[in-house]
Amino acid sequence: MKEKKVYGLTALFDTPDRIIDAVKKISSDGYKKFDVHTPYPLHGMDGAMKLKPSKLGYITLVFGLSGALFALLFMFWAMSIDYPMVIGGKPFFALPAFIPITFELTVLLATLSTVIGMLTFFFSFPSNNHPLIGSDYMRSVSADKFGISIEAEDEKFDDIQIRALFSKLGTIQIEEIYYPDTETFPMFQKKFILFLLVIAILTGGTTYFVLNKLLFMQPFNWMMTQDKLIPQERSEFFSDGFGMRVPVDGTVARGFLPYEFKGEVNPASFLSNPILLTKKSILFGQQKFLTFCSPCHGNFGDGDSRLRGQFPNPPTLHSNRVKEMPDGQIFHIINNGQNIMPSYSSQTTVEERWAIVNYIRVLQRAKNATQSDLEEIKKESAANGK
Amino acid sequence: MANRVLEYQKKDLPQNMSKLGWALFAIGALAGVAAFYVDNTRAAYNYLIAYMFIMSVGVGSLFLIALEYVAGADWSVPFRRLMEFFAALVPLMFILIIPLLFNLNELFPWMNKKLVEGDAILTGKAPYLNSTFFIIRVFGILLLWTLFFYLFTRNSMNQDSTKDQKFTKRNIIISAIFIPVFAITLTMSSVDWMMSLEPHWFSTIFGVYYFSGTMLAALATLTLAVIFLNEKGYFGKLLIPDHLYSLGALQFVFINFWGYIAFSQYLLIWYADLPEETVWFLHRWSGSWAFVSIFLIIVHFVVPYSILLSQPAKMDAKRLKIASIWILFAHILDLYWLIMPNMNEGKSGGAVFGWIEIAFPVALVGLILVVFNIRARNKNIIPVGDPKIERGLNFRL
Repeated sequence: MKEKKVYGLTALFDTPDRIIDAVKKISSDGYKKFDVHTPYPLHGMDGAMKLKPSKLGYITLVFGLSGALFALLFMFWAMSIDYPMVIGGKPFFALPAFIPITFELTVLLATLSTVIGMLTFFFSFPSNNHPLIGSDYMRSVSADKFGISIEAEDEKFDDIQIRALFSKLGTIQIEEIYYPDTETFPMFQKKFILFLLVIAILTGGTTYFVLNKLLFMQPFNWMMTQDKLIPQERSEFFSDGFGMRVPVDGTVARGFLPYEFKGEVNPASFLSNPILLTKKSILFGQQKFLTFCSPCHGNFGDGDSRLRGQFPNPPTLHSNRVKEMPDGQIFHIINNGQNIMPSYSSQTTVEERWAIVNYIRVLQRAKNATQSDLEEIKKESAANGK
Repeated sequence: MANRVLEYQKKDLPQNMSKLGWALFAIGALAGVAAFYVDNTRAAYNYLIAYMFIMSVGVGSLFLIALEYVAGADWSVPFRRLMEFFAALVPLMFILIIPLLFNLNELFPWMNKKLVEGDAILTGKAPYLNSTFFIIRVFGILLLWTLFFYLFTRNSMNQDSTKDQKFTKRNIIISAIFIPVFAITLTMSSVDWMMSLEPHWFSTIFGVYYFSGTMLAALATLTLAVIFLNEKGYFGKLLIPDHLYSLGALQFVFINFWGYIAFSQYLLIWYADLPEETVWFLHRWSGSWAFVSIFLIIVHFVVPYSILLSQPAKMDAKRLKIASIWILFAHILDLYWLIMPNMNEGKSGGAVFGWIEIAFPVALVGLILVVFNIRARNKNIIPVGDPKIERGLNFRL
């Protein structure tokens, strides 16, 4: 049978005073690789063990400072450079408002780096095994006893000497600790991983059930539930039960002022074109003409319908009669309709109709352009384009 | 470890300490009296700064005593007597208040009846801010503090000879009563003496702000006394760095606390940007006061924070001494920043500084030394009868 490898010797003590005296003796005897386990922290233990101040503070300092710097720089970049936004009339770089976040990030990085640094540099994470785990010694020191363990790797380690020393110091129990037979990481055992999985599913499931089903409360319902009806919904308030109400008589929708000369023959003298003939208004009129008028009147107002004779073709807009019509009359016809043409007052706004009138005038002139018109256009294009 | 005999022998404090105290006090007081003749208003404001400083050290020490009893602390037991000596400034405030009583009209705008009548806000505050109620409050608070000072010290002194544990128990009960009383009275004092200098303005955190300064002043004076007496061997056995560490850590805590409170007050007022609140900071930002404000952040937070950050700094007597003196200076500057801008309120002119501003702090330091010496005469420097004294002296982190 293979002999087990010795990890070290442990001794248990009864009181905190005893263990501090014992530790003082052991550290002054020159032992280096020993550790102390107590059920609670003891004042003065660091000094008795002659421990050097921990280096962990430097990790905390560095990460804390970088947290502060990162927070400040990031907020400076985000709020002052990348996406400057005026908030509450404060400057883009509003330092007082940034300080709480800087503080939070400093603390966050400092604490996280402390814990992670402690685990990696001092606790040799991810290994979570140690020869002392599972021993009687560990059971005692995590309950009511105070223990010292001296490792076999210590230069001065000598079984008989240490046993003598321990009994001289008044120990109540000495235990020899061995390395486990095989180097196993309990973390990678199937049982452990299975256990973790089950726990994860259990806690996740329970949390989901409790929070989403059992105790579900709307986190905030400011916009989720409102005292309004959506279209087609039944109303509890009105006696007829209709949620959608008819507007009060005489209600006028915005931009749809009713046409006051409806049905009259020729009110042109009362109507004057309020839209100036500008390039913008002409282009606007063209767009509307092509949308609403061209299906019957044709793209150039020639009366050549694209509807291919499904309706009687409307007359051309280039006849002398239409040319001589005042603007108001064309506007009136669009509003009121004429013969088979229906009213377009519900599809178009007043502004759009006047723009269409303007465009019709442009078409009429283009169809009958004179020599002087062409020369003017030539001049213009010579001035504009090269 | 149990039956160790306390090796403490009563020793008188060195003579030169008392002499120095009297000298400083005499010079400062003479200059102070002269200041009242030269510029009455300015002297009154400076006197108020000194008075608030005395209050900080006196009542702050009283609070530290109460804190020790309530928390059941061991480490501070060896120097609790020093806090009791410093707390003797509290009954002295009955005398120190007299020059202020003659100058109330100079200091407080709300004492002016005509001004109050023509001002809706001040009329609304008149039920609290009127001279009669003010005097009642001030003296009531002083009486309360003196009463607690008397109870604490009597029990503590009696324990020296009798070594009876019942005095500790009594003081714990008194402390538990004192702490809420302290919270209310200190807030009222800070509002009465400092916030009401600008009666339109209000800040609900003001009391806490003054409290943080109070703790710093009391801790810094205590630390200085502890280090000085420890060097001369007045504690029977040497105190170790662990004691100093605890003092330094508390100082560090309250440096942070001050920064936190001061910033909270500023942040809320800055964010809300309400004219009735910002006016106070605007007065402290006009002219050269802006430099004092910036300087205060550096002096009261950045520098002491940097000094006290590392663990060795808190354990090193020399560095701790520097930090303590620095903090006392910072507290005076803090009070100067709180009080002086109201002197020229509404008028042009920035920070004023001259021999008057130096005279009062000099007298103040002298007075604290003198009071400490008189109180320490023929008394044990450490509470020898306290049941926790052994544990306190052997304190380890």
